[in-house]
Amino acid sequence: MPNPELLLASKHSEPMASGHSLCAGCAAGVIVRQVIMSVEDPVVVANATGCLEVCTGVYPVTSWNVSWIHNAFANVAATLSGVESAYRALRKRGEIPAREIKFVAFGGDGGTYDIGLQSLSGVMERGHDLVYVCYDNGAYMNTGVQRSSATPLGANTSTSPAGNLTSGKAELRKDMTAIAEAHGIPYVAQSSPGYYMDLMHKARRAFQTKGPAFLNVLSPCPLGWASEPTDSLVLARLAVDTCMWPLFEIAKGQFSLTYLPLEKKPVVEWLKLQGRFRHLFQSDHQNLIDQIQSGVDQNWQKILERAGSAVPSFAGPADSDRWGY
Amino acid sequence: MTASRRRSKTKNEVRGMSTQSVPQDRADSDRSRKEVVLSGNMAVAHALRQVDPHVFPGYPITPSTKIMEMVASFIANGEMQCELVAVESEHSALSVAVGAAAAGARVASATSSQGLAFMWEMLYIAAGSQLPMVLAVGNRALSAPINGFSDHGEAMGARDSGWLQFHSESVQETYDNIVQAFRIGEDRRVRLPVMVCLDGFVLTHTSENIFLENDEAIRNFVRPYRTEYTLLNPDRPVSYGLGDPPEFYMEHKMRQQAGMERALQVIEEVGAEFGRCFGRHYGLLDPYRMEDAEVAIVILGSEAGRVKNVVDELRASGKKAGVLRIRFVRPFPDEQIVKHLLPLRAVAVMDRSYAPGAVGAPVFQEIRSSLYEYRGGAPHVINRIYGLGGRELRAADVRTIFSELDSLRAGNESVPAIRLVGLRGEPLPNWRDQQAFKMPVGQS
Repeated sequence: MPNPELLLASKHSEPMASGHSLCAGCAAGVIVRQVIMSVEDPVVVANATGCLEVCTGVYPVTSWNVSWIHNAFANVAATLSGVESAYRALRKRGEIPAREIKFVAFGGDGGTYDIGLQSLSGVMERGHDLVYVCYDNGAYMNTGVQRSSATPLGANTSTSPAGNLTSGKAELRKDMTAIAEAHGIPYVAQSSPGYYMDLMHKARRAFQTKGPAFLNVLSPCPLGWASEPTDSLVLARLAVDTCMWPLFEIAKGQFSLTYLPLEKKPVVEWLKLQGRFRHLFQSDHQNLIDQIQSGVDQNWQKILERAGSAVPSFAGPADSDRWGY
Repeated sequence: MTASRRRSKTKNEVRGMSTQSVPQDRADSDRSRKEVVLSGNMAVAHALRQVDPHVFPGYPITPSTKIMEMVASFIANGEMQCELVAVESEHSALSVAVGAAAAGARVASATSSQGLAFMWEMLYIAAGSQLPMVLAVGNRALSAPINGFSDHGEAMGARDSGWLQFHSESVQETYDNIVQAFRIGEDRRVRLPVMVCLDGFVLTHTSENIFLENDEAIRNFVRPYRTEYTLLNPDRPVSYGLGDPPEFYMEHKMRQQAGMERALQVIEEVGAEFGRCFGRHYGLLDPYRMEDAEVAIVILGSEAGRVKNVVDELRASGKKAGVLRIRFVRPFPDEQIVKHLLPLRAVAVMDRSYAPGAVGAPVFQEIRSSLYEYRGGAPHVINRIYGLGGRELRAADVRTIFSELDSLRAGNESVPAIRLVGLRGEPLPNWRDQQAFKMPVGQS
C-alpha cells in the first residue's frame, strides 16, 4: 500500500523555490515544504515577521510559488483570519470561483509564544478554518538569538547569557501546545521534521480539519543552537527520542501519542550536540542537567499516563516505512 | 449647526464647490430617500449597511462602539452579508483588515483614540501596502490622563501614517463621507486607505435630521469592488509584504505620495459626482463667507458650526469675517488653502490637538509652512488650541479670537502667536516663554 503523503508530495509542485537565504541546516524551510506538500488544494501562506519571512521574500524577488502575505510580527494569525474571512465572504457572494483553498500561517516561537499569542488566541477562539504552524527554534534567531518564552531551561542566549553568575535561561519553557489545546480547537499536534512522515501526516490531518488547527513543530537552528548544520535533523530526532519533544496529537479532544521511542535516551545526548548548552558541561552544572532531565521525565510520565493503553503499536524502527523513522 | 446657518452658506463660485447640507432641489429618482433622525454612529452604520463591505473586523471602544454593534445587528437580521470578525484587539482588527483587503475584499472598520493608537503599526502597513479600506474614527482624546471626550489628538498623530483623512462637520456629512471614502480610496489612481473622522460624542452620539439615501442608489454610487492582485487567485500567486531593500524603499514611498497627490483630484471628482447624484456637493474645503473676508478662522470638524454662527453675527455688524473649514488633513490641500488665505490680513488656525514641545499644533504648522513662500504678502497666522479632552468651545471664545485677529491687523504685537483657548488658571502668555502654571485645585 503506497504511502498517501509521499505519493502526494512526489507529485506536488514546489511551493517554496530554492534560492532563499535560510541558513544551511535551518529546519524552517524543510518544515514549510513538508507541510504544504501534504495537501492537494491550493494554499495561501501567511508569515509572521522572522527568519522565514526575511529569507524568502525580498523585493523584487520571492521564493513563494503560492500566494503569500507577510504583515507584521504580532499578527500572522489575525492576518490570515482576515484572508480566510475574505474568502468566505467572496465565495458566499459568488464573486470568486467555488474552489477549495486552504490557509496556513507560519510563525516562529517569538511570533507564536510571545508577541503573537493574543492574536493566535483570538483566531483559535473565533474558529477560523486555517492551520497555524509554529516553527519553534526556541529563541529570537532573526534578531540574534535572544531568549523567548520557548527557550529551554539552561540555554545560553544573547539575553539570557551564561556568565560567571548565571547559567543561561533560568526559567522553564512555556507549554504552547497545551495553551492551544486549552482553546478547545479541533486539532492540535506536536511534531518534528526529523520524523517527516509524522509531520506530513499531521499536516494533512490539520488541513482536513474544519476549523482551527495548531501544529507545534520543533525547528533546529544551527545559528542559535550553535550546532552543526548537518546535525539539524539528528537533533530533530534526538529531541523526540529523549522525550524532550514528544510527538502527539489531540484530535477533537482525543489524545494520541504518535511515537513511542523503543529506548528513551538521556537528554544529555540532545544537549551535548548544542553549543547553547556547552556551559552546562564545562563547569559544575550537573544539578542543572539533572533538573532538565527530571523536567523531561515528569512531562513524559504525564504524556504516558494520558496516552494510557493507547500507546502506539507502531513504535520504533519496526514500522519505519510507514512513519519515516 | 443650525438650519439658518446652513441656508446662509454661500457657494464658492471660483472653485465650483459647495457643501450645501440640505439639498434644495430633489430629483424624482431620489424620492425613495428618507429623512431620518440619526446619530453619527448610526449614520456610519447605515452607510456601511448600504455599501455592505465584505469584511468588517471590529473591537469595541467608546465612543465608536455603536457602529460595530449596529453592523452586528444588521448582519444578524439579514440586512448585510458582511463577515463581522469580532477580534480581540484593535491591532488584530486592522491586521484582519489588511489580510482581507489583500485577499480582494472591501473592508471597513471603526475605532477611536486608544484603539487607533493600538492600530498604529498596522496603519502604516495598510497604507504602505496600498490597500484601500475605510475606517471610521470617533475622535476622542488620548490617555493619559484618561479622558474619553472629543479631541483630534489621535487623528493628528496618525496624519503621517499614509491614510487619507476626512474630517466631518455634521452627521449628514459623516454619512456622505463614508460613502465617498470607498470610491476615493479604491480609485486606481489612489489605492490608499481612508479614515473618516467624526468628533466623539458631538457627532458620534448627537442625533441630527439627515437624508438617508436609497440603498440601491448608494450601491450604484460606490460600485462593486474589483481588484487585480489578490491572494485568492491560485492560478496567479502574489506575494504581499516582501522585504524592501534600500534600493527600492524610497520609490515605493513615492508611489504612496503619488496616490495622495492624485487623491486631491479624485476627491473633487467623487465629491462632484456625489453632488450630482444626491444634491450635496463636496470638495476639499468648505469656505464659508470667505469671498471678501479680511480675517478668518481655519478649523476642521464639528466645531466649525459654532464658528460659522459667530461669523454670521460679525457679518451682521459689518465685520468681514470668514471660516475656512478643511475637510481633508491628508492629502493636505495646501494650494487650495493658500488661495483662500493669501488675500486675508490675519488668520487663526484652530487646532483640537496638542503637540507638546512643538511650535504649535499640527494644522497650524502646515498652514504656516504652506504660506512661508508668500511671506511678503501672507497674512498673520496665529494658533488657537481648543477643546482638548472635550473642553467646550464657547461662542465667546470664538469672538475673542476674532477680536485678537482685529488687534493683530491693527499692528498689536502683544497678541500671542499660540494660545490654549478656555484654559483655566493663569494663561500662558507665550508658548515659548511658559510661566509656572498652577492647576486651580478645587475649582470647577
